[in-house]
Amino acid sequence: MLNQYETVFIVTPVLSEAQMKEAVEKFRGVITAKGGEIINEENWGLRKLAYPIQKKSTGFFTLIEFKAPGDLVKPLEIEYKRDERVIRFLTTRLDKYSSEYAEKRRNKKQSAAKVTEE
Amino acid sequence: MANIAPVGQSEIRYLTPPAVEVKKKKYCRFKKNKIKYVDYKDPEFLKKFLNEQGKILPRRVTGTSLKYQRKVATAVKRARHLALLPYVADLLK
Repeated sequence: MLNQYETVFIVTPVLSEAQMKEAVEKFRGVITAKGGEIINEENWGLRKLAYPIQKKSTGFFTLIEFKAPGDLVKPLEIEYKRDERVIRFLTTRLDKYSSEYAEKRRNKKQSAAKVTEE
Repeated sequence: MANIAPVGQSEIRYLTPPAVEVKKKKYCRFKKNKIKYVDYKDPEFLKKFLNEQGKILPRRVTGTSLKYQRKVATAVKRARHLALLPYVADLLK
């Protein structure tokens, strides 16, 4: 039984752009290696935090939506905890309404991307 | 008691007319706009449900129905965890 999940994590701002990309790549690998299927990925870039975490006031935010069996979440979160580059993370399961919302959000983003292309 | 006011005319006169408040009916914005899911990734929207110290406003102020108030509360708490909203603030707005 595959569930739909969405995970947001904050990577420490001391990394360079390439190092940050590599960290994101690593977690994408963790998801796909354990039988997850990535639906969408959003990079929010460097954002200001509402309060300092580990004495840092900014961070790179990344959102990944994926479909996976339920036993993937635990190892993924352990992987987050082990990685020093990740300063905060949140994984939530999407229910009927939230997956509907997520789909709308994706479509909006795609159409916005199309407009800029044209 | 000869100077009783005729029927239909009140004896009480006010210097200033009593303020009759026209109460605006509160409504649940989620039910009205058919929003089914409260997104924790949108801090600007969630700020409508916070006071300037960053506390969650009660239902009696915002008019949100119980079902969606619970969802707003979890969304705010998730946003706080991700540092999208502050746990404590002095001047949020």
